[in-house]
Amino acid sequence: MMMILKLANPVLGLVIAPFLLGVINRTKAVFAGRNGQPLLQPYYDIWKLLRKGAVYSRTTSWIFRTGPVLGLSVTLTAALLMPFGGLPAAISFKGDLILFIYLFGLMRFFTVISALDTGSSFEGMGASREVTFSALSEPALLIGLAAIAKCTGYISLTQMFQSVVPELWVKSGPALVLAGVALLIVFLAENCRIPVDDPTTHLELTMIHEVMALDHGGPDFGFILYSAALKMWLLGQILVGIAVPIHTGNIWLDTPAAIAGMLLLAVVVGIIECSMARLRLLHVPQLLIGATTLSIVALVLR
Amino acid sequence: MLLFLWGLVIIFAGGLGSLFSGRRPGLASFLGSVSAVAGSIVAVIPAFKSLLTGTTESLRLNWSMPTGSFFIQIDPISALFLIPILGLTAIAAIYGAEYLWAYREKKNLGVPWFFYNVLLTGMMLVVVARNGLLFLVAWEIMSVASFFLVTFEYEKPMVRQAGWIYLIATHIGTAFLIVFFILLGGQAGSLDFDKVSAIPSSLASILFVLAVVGFGTKAGFMPFHVWLPYAHPAAPSHVSAVMSGVMIKTGIYGLVRALTLLGMPPAWWCWALIGIGALSGVLGILFALAQNDLKRLLAYSSVENIGIITIGLGVGLLGIHTKSPTLAILGFGGGLLHVINHAVFKGLLFLGAGSVLHSSGTGHMDLLGGLIKRMPWTAFTFLVGSIAVLGLPPLNGFVSEFLIYLGIFNNGISARFASIIPALAVIGSLTLIGGLALACFTKAFGMIFLGNPRSNNAQQAHEAGFFMKSSMVILATLCVLLGICSPLVIKSAENVIFEITSIPLEAVGAELANTSAILMNVVIVSLILLGLTIALAVLRKSILSVRGIRQAGTWDCGYARPDARMQYTAASFSQPLTDLFKMFLRSLKKISPLRAIFPAQTVFRTDTSDISEKYMYQPLFHWVNSSLSRLRWLQQGRLQIYILYIAVTLWILLIWKLM
Repeated sequence: MMMILKLANPVLGLVIAPFLLGVINRTKAVFAGRNGQPLLQPYYDIWKLLRKGAVYSRTTSWIFRTGPVLGLSVTLTAALLMPFGGLPAAISFKGDLILFIYLFGLMRFFTVISALDTGSSFEGMGASREVTFSALSEPALLIGLAAIAKCTGYISLTQMFQSVVPELWVKSGPALVLAGVALLIVFLAENCRIPVDDPTTHLELTMIHEVMALDHGGPDFGFILYSAALKMWLLGQILVGIAVPIHTGNIWLDTPAAIAGMLLLAVVVGIIECSMARLRLLHVPQLLIGATTLSIVALVLR
Repeated sequence: MLLFLWGLVIIFAGGLGSLFSGRRPGLASFLGSVSAVAGSIVAVIPAFKSLLTGTTESLRLNWSMPTGSFFIQIDPISALFLIPILGLTAIAAIYGAEYLWAYREKKNLGVPWFFYNVLLTGMMLVVVARNGLLFLVAWEIMSVASFFLVTFEYEKPMVRQAGWIYLIATHIGTAFLIVFFILLGGQAGSLDFDKVSAIPSSLASILFVLAVVGFGTKAGFMPFHVWLPYAHPAAPSHVSAVMSGVMIKTGIYGLVRALTLLGMPPAWWCWALIGIGALSGVLGILFALAQNDLKRLLAYSSVENIGIITIGLGVGLLGIHTKSPTLAILGFGGGLLHVINHAVFKGLLFLGAGSVLHSSGTGHMDLLGGLIKRMPWTAFTFLVGSIAVLGLPPLNGFVSEFLIYLGIFNNGISARFASIIPALAVIGSLTLIGGLALACFTKAFGMIFLGNPRSNNAQQAHEAGFFMKSSMVILATLCVLLGICSPLVIKSAENVIFEITSIPLEAVGAELANTSAILMNVVIVSLILLGLTIALAVLRKSILSVRGIRQAGTWDCGYARPDARMQYTAASFSQPLTDLFKMFLRSLKKISPLRAIFPAQTVFRTDTSDISEKYMYQPLFHWVNSSLSRLRWLQQGRLQIYILYIAVTLWILLIWKLM
């Protein structure tokens, strides 16, 4: 029974993750007065891509083919470390949050070098921006998590989130709010959403993540989309883990609450995307440094 | 101990033999490299024995030198440093045999091999010496031998300048060490380390500062690192690997040894070490990012890694100071493990840089590109080294950084304000270093090995030969093994940590057993990652085997004539970050503005010179130069005058003695 519970989270993630993208798109459509694409469109896209052949540039090497595979396997592995609602993580140990973050570093390394493998200036530009912004968002993320670790007194993700209960909010509310805002900014930056990156433009010069995947097609691109959705699911769980302090120990109460929280997060992202424009690239570092500052204050507060 | 001495003799004799057979390059290379490998294998046995069993072997011989004694000892701390010194130098010797072969027509190969083996004996003696004078002698042997290796290609003006800077910098460091040992010996009444006891705290703090400056110059702490970016690119690549991988670690060794001698640390030592580590780490990787020459980039990255090691030592010291054994054990464990890990991956990266240099003739990243097709082995091993140096799972670099993080998360995060500041400094600097290092090494790997060749040099590159390839493969395998076997590796540090921290051996063992269990989880996750990757690769293959795969050009928005020169360059890749941190980097940009409607050729160039060189050392030496030039009248160039000086000096001494 415990084993099934532990594996439930990765499976849930695999099933629900693309749905979040659908919810974001639907929210944006409603705000713009459109009908919008079907809620399940991301699933159709991935399925379509998985049935296609591939076109490879003559410049590319095995790095280009490894990148997407490794990206997906890293996100799947990271899913094993993340608890969700009442479901514990499959593997949990002291300091697993460090491994969790560094796994995404490995994914980023391969995404960036597979972009550089094409020898295209567009992808070089995207890669250069990606490493710039991630260098600034990573301190905010880890210091933010350290602040939560300090509030809860635990350094493993499962224990940390299970002790986020309403009493904790009463005790160290300000720190949690600050860390939460910082982590929301990191969430938007890491998942390439507005105000850092615009996933809907198809003008290569303004994009970061999309442009790095410009030369990928077929199943490789399907893997990339799927791993991006999963990454959003996993990083979203950090936010929901703090913002929805319903950890009663009853999985039939905790897990639906967490799923509802995730859907709410998707709606919030949709609202942010409708209500503001993408920042100029030069201003993104200021936003991220601001997030780091918030994290630092959250860590210093008791 | 006997085996250690035998190893020393074999290595030195091989070096001498190689010096005398300089006219026959084949024999000289053979004698030099084989004796280095054989001597290392013999000498590493007592080191492993001491590390694993915790025993200490000593040897004390009389030495007709005032205050000196030939007192050497292999204890676990020495052994921990001795193992990477012997291992990396032996592997680099295999590489060097092939690397230097290209110079056989122009150079006498006996000379570099002689100095290579002397360098190795010097490093071996440094970590076992237990007498101040012997230590300084060994330190000088090491420094001078490496100076001659740096200036191997002395006909190039750049190399001569690099050698000169190195020689001066290392001797400034030594000067501080001489004062250090005089003060230490004056207190204890003897220069033997085992006579040192109970140093008064004011003297201990002075000694600590002297040790940080003296050993820090060798290790490459900011701002004393100025010689690294000159000496590493100038030296032959296998020598750079040894210098960066293990020789600068003798500075760390010296610092650790000094800390064991100086007694209970006051709080500010911990702050100082964490601060120096954070500064060296962040600024080191920032300067690395701004470089366009591969070996200079790697040299700055060594400054960064020395910073990480120092953060680890600082955290460990904080643990001793606050009497929290977990913090002390994890801090020292992480820092010292990083000493070994850095030796492996930085050695590997320098050897990879050597192969690139060897086959394309340039280390300038904007002239390279696409080498993964021509040099698949070098590219693959360089990739492994890059992942390791970034501290990404599942390789060895992650493990040591993870331990430091774990220590800080475990103990540093408590409600007290005072302990939050170091926690913040450590977490903040380590993550920032991680993010910047990712930019730095994606740039290095991407610009050199991926894309299209940017010049003829890159087009004509070829794979390295058997010996060079195999030594890189050995080091890459070690990166993987040290990562996967980390639960075992960390347990072997038990005796070392016991020696440094004086925490009871059982407590250290229990704590390391906990840590080992945590690392076992990391290993399990790594194996799951490997399994999933293989499964997904198979899935992808099976999907694509049904569908077709086509080849085409890279998508270029419909532009008809793409050219290799249109690729993103190394300088443009790092430009957003270097602009963001221009406050520290102070790069000079030269842009000639575009004129007319159809602009002709234009020029853009950036130069990033070192801030501590430009704003600290240059003014200092300028001042020294101008004030000393006032004493020029003393130098008349006539023999009689100099004899007069000697006579006057003797007179003064005689009178002083009589009074």
